[in-house]
Amino acid sequence: MSTAAATSPTRQIVRHGLLIAAALVMIYPLLWLISSSLKPENLIFNNLSLIPEKLQLDNYVEGWTALRFSFTRFFINSFLIAGLAVIGNLLACSLTAFAFARLNFRFKKFWFALMLGTLMLPYHVTLVPQYILFLHLGWVNTFLPLIVPKFLAVDSFFIFLMVQFFRGIPREIDEAAIMDGCSPWRIYWRIMLPLSTPVLATAAIFSFIWTYDDFLGPLIYLNDMRDYTVPLALRAFVDATGESRFGQLFAMSTLSLIPVFFVFLAFQRLIIRGVALGALKR
Amino acid sequence: MATVADATTIAAPGRSQSAASGRAGSRLRRGMRRNAAGYLFLLPWLVGFFGLTLIPTIASLYLSFTDYDLLTAPRWNSGENYAYAFFQDGRFWSALGVTFHYVVWSVPLKLIVALALAMALDRGVRGISVYRAIFYLPSLLGSSVAVAVLWRQIFGDAGVVNQLLVLVGLNGPSWITHPDYALWTLIALAVWQFGSPMIIFLAGLRQIPQDLHEAAMMDGAGPVRRFLKITLPLLAPVIFFNLVLQTIDAFKAFTPAFIVSGGNGSPIDSTLFYSLYLYIEAFANFRMGYAAALAWILLVIISAFTALAFLTSRYWVYYEDEGR
Repeated sequence: MSTAAATSPTRQIVRHGLLIAAALVMIYPLLWLISSSLKPENLIFNNLSLIPEKLQLDNYVEGWTALRFSFTRFFINSFLIAGLAVIGNLLACSLTAFAFARLNFRFKKFWFALMLGTLMLPYHVTLVPQYILFLHLGWVNTFLPLIVPKFLAVDSFFIFLMVQFFRGIPREIDEAAIMDGCSPWRIYWRIMLPLSTPVLATAAIFSFIWTYDDFLGPLIYLNDMRDYTVPLALRAFVDATGESRFGQLFAMSTLSLIPVFFVFLAFQRLIIRGVALGALKR
Repeated sequence: MATVADATTIAAPGRSQSAASGRAGSRLRRGMRRNAAGYLFLLPWLVGFFGLTLIPTIASLYLSFTDYDLLTAPRWNSGENYAYAFFQDGRFWSALGVTFHYVVWSVPLKLIVALALAMALDRGVRGISVYRAIFYLPSLLGSSVAVAVLWRQIFGDAGVVNQLLVLVGLNGPSWITHPDYALWTLIALAVWQFGSPMIIFLAGLRQIPQDLHEAAMMDGAGPVRRFLKITLPLLAPVIFFNLVLQTIDAFKAFTPAFIVSGGNGSPIDSTLFYSLYLYIEAFANFRMGYAAALAWILLVIISAFTALAFLTSRYWVYYEDEGR
């Protein structure tokens, strides 16, 4: 094989050496975060060793309740918003995508073009008017501005993803169902959705991660600490403790990364494939 | 005989006409039912499109020509916001400058690192999935507040970077609070998240037929020549895609600048990203009209960049199926 040159032992060792070095640089900050969260305050900044001399969880225990509300509350808020956002995105985007991929109606191409157009629109343009709208609806300081838009399919990116997938499902399947007198609703619910679990899972994973990580939305709409999501609580932690209590801050930061990390571990293949499709930017 | 024939020929069109109108009627009804079904499925999106996208976009354009503080009704000021931004507002220009600086450095660096590691991982590397996972992880976690908080400490006065510099006998500044370096810590944070363009490059590299490289090697082409003459041209569409996507994304960056600067673009506005300035104008100073104008200026900049990229792409992006 011509790749023999590339697989000579020394070249392979050099290659792996470089890759391992790069991998270490990449994860060093994260390991440092975890290790610092386990160290007593006075050792964090004058001890480069990643392995704490003695494992202590004080930072986690004290950090959890350091703010006016405990992190139990912030995690519940975050999961509630992210969970409902996932459901909203899956339902609304798949309904829309089904209409675009399978149903025929007047002006379909026109609406589809507009939907693609919204993909390009930066969020800044609608930020102020949306805020004014939600203010007038009395929704500021509730979770509604973060959840309701998902039930109205504003994440056109997921619609696009699902349209692509639905188009790949053989038409014979729903044509046979129409012959048998199936309504569009039944075709959507009983045939399309069950056949589309890969794309639904991808959409669910990315909506969860994006909503869970979202900072600007909660920052604008949630002012009461009772309603804070985890990212907002971390920012409040920085403001409240200033340049002290880093151990606790790092402990809570570590905890805040765990849900996304586990989603990554569990769905690595789907996530990587989603990114490789070229459609997902993160 | 003739009359009978006439009768049938006359009758026939009549019958077919009525049949046709009946069919047209049922087709119309079926069409309407189909339309109804289509629009019923589209309903949530239509409500969202009009209520949360189209009307707000128009409203935003209108507001950009007004003074509006949420308390009193918007007051038309005929383009004063734009004039103020361009001719009087120094912060607007520094925000624009910071953002351009960030885009111009972070995007190419990120893409170069992504391509280099994608090539190092391409074909025949054992444990590719482990490396890929480790390289990709920062992209997934990197946009979180937690990582921005971490970054603030890593590049802080007594942070890890300075501790490592001490080991080699250097005394680093406080990167985060120094106006010359603060933006570079954010660029470093962006480059650290090279994982997703890397994965897209990896997918692109797999599409390049191995026999092209083998043929070139037969002809005595070295790795540099093969990279310049085979890999780069064949990867151009993927590079183009990554470039456009990452640039638009970099223009929109908000969270890292907010956390690292403590929410105000400090020190001395050196990390005042455009999005951060827009946020401050809208939600700290309640100058909603001005913020809307800033949003429209950004929309024009991003659209102009995208248009430019697509217009110039035919000179440097080679599509394999062209002319087929």
